[in-house]
Amino acid sequence: MSTADATELKPFRQPLTMPRSLPAVLTAGALLVVWEASVHLLSVPAYILPTPSTVAMRVYQDLASGLIIPHFWLTLVEVVVGFLIAVVVGVGLGTAVGLVPALDRTIYPILLAFQTVPKVAIAPLLIIWFGYGMHSKAIMAALIAFFPILVNVIAGLKTTDSRRVLLMKALRANPFQIYMKVRLPSMLPYLFAGLEVAIVFSLIGAIVGEFVGASVGLGSLIIQRQAVVDVAGVFSVLTYLSLMGLAMSLMVKFVADRLTFWSRSQDLVGA
Amino acid sequence: MTAPIRREDLKGPPIHPRDNVVTLLEAKQNQAQAAGSELIEFDRVAKVYRAADGRPVRAVDSVSGTIGKGEFVSILGPSGCGKSTLMMMLAGLLRPTEGEVRFKGRAVTGPQEGFGIVFQDAVLFPWRDVLANVKLPSEVLGLSSAEQDRRARHMIELVGLSGFETKYPHELSGGMQQRVSIARALSLDPSLLVMDEPFGALDAMTREQMNLELQRISLETGATVVFVTHSIAEAAFLSDRVFVMSGRPSTVREIVPVDIPRPRRIEQMNTDEFGRYVTHLRGLLDAKGEM
Repeated sequence: MSTADATELKPFRQPLTMPRSLPAVLTAGALLVVWEASVHLLSVPAYILPTPSTVAMRVYQDLASGLIIPHFWLTLVEVVVGFLIAVVVGVGLGTAVGLVPALDRTIYPILLAFQTVPKVAIAPLLIIWFGYGMHSKAIMAALIAFFPILVNVIAGLKTTDSRRVLLMKALRANPFQIYMKVRLPSMLPYLFAGLEVAIVFSLIGAIVGEFVGASVGLGSLIIQRQAVVDVAGVFSVLTYLSLMGLAMSLMVKFVADRLTFWSRSQDLVGA
Repeated sequence: MTAPIRREDLKGPPIHPRDNVVTLLEAKQNQAQAAGSELIEFDRVAKVYRAADGRPVRAVDSVSGTIGKGEFVSILGPSGCGKSTLMMMLAGLLRPTEGEVRFKGRAVTGPQEGFGIVFQDAVLFPWRDVLANVKLPSEVLGLSSAEQDRRARHMIELVGLSGFETKYPHELSGGMQQRVSIARALSLDPSLLVMDEPFGALDAMTREQMNLELQRISLETGATVVFVTHSIAEAAFLSDRVFVMSGRPSTVREIVPVDIPRPRRIEQMNTDEFGRYVTHLRGLLDAKGEM
């Protein structure tokens, strides 16, 4: 997120061009050099902190041997399925709560109360209920990712500009038209802000689920490597996890930029 | 909002102010003369709000008057005098507490087909480009997409925005945004255009230019226009008749006809004739210490 912030003032569809991303890339490179040098100079043992070059070797080996592929694939499916469940339930429930005042008074307080339960603590229960397979992980991912979507959909629907609704009423639009033409588009920037958080949360959910009980998946691979103090191996898995998270965030951002480009400069609209 | 000295503070709520009685008589005479030719009739329209502390507040008090087809009428009054409330009742977006507003002889009880509305702010949809914004009313009505396109393009041309069809609201100036909103209001060939201080947010230069444009558009389309404003010069320049409102509770203090031939030019605002109208209107507004 932080690297993309710099592009926000530019017109929409501005890709992360080389000159813009160059300072960040150079800084990252410099940090890696410092890391590499410190490990050598301070003689840190490899089972505490491996050098970036060792990690890079392991990342390459994991891919070349094909070892990482089933783990990566399964975790990806869990994250994506969990995320999609969260989107459907979050948008559906959020829309219902946002549009029906009675639900806002009955269901929403319960959801808010539920939110205070640390959901990762439910993971062991989910394993009991849904088994060691991918179901429990996808549900864990959905459970964590669902809330930011719900809250943002509700906030988006509640902040709909009442003058636009009034205009639609003056045009004798029916409630469905008002929803499709005003409330839904106004809500989109909020929804996508929620989705950007949700995709990362979804990854956290899947990994926590795998920590608690799984034999395949990047999370379970971390546990296996931790057991044999394979620190470079854990770093390798972390690298794959970051790549997965980054790729999915960028995809959400890509879609968001195309659907909500207008909201960036909304303060300029005298509408 | 600072509380103005209300009339009821001085002598209690007026039930039938003299001005209103005169207006009512005029309305009755007009009705008798031209039976049914009036497009809009205000018949002792009043609106009472319940304030936050539960006290009833009379925003509009017993307004009567008529507006003929093709007429350009301004509703002029100090800020917060209930002009917008009156306009909302005319547009069918608010129900009067007492009396009724009639359009083509029938009581207005909800939004009407054939009304175009322009608010103080353009109220455009920022996710739609200019063309799609102007299409909105035809879309809601369910016209064919070819017809939507034809009407929208025609109206965009009418308001002088050809070439800007694919621009988004945030790419336009305030004046251009308000033009889009006027094009949108006109896109269903409304028999009545209701405008609530549409140029209030614009700078003086743009405002004059928009006044000229509006005159041209109203002459070209022959639409009846009800124009709410707190600018005396704007009301005098644009209107066939000016309804001068008093402060809260709002009533029609006088209806002033402006007999300057059209099309009027901005330079005419410097003539003695125009000056007399402005002086007269200002006198009416000042009469009770408002503005």
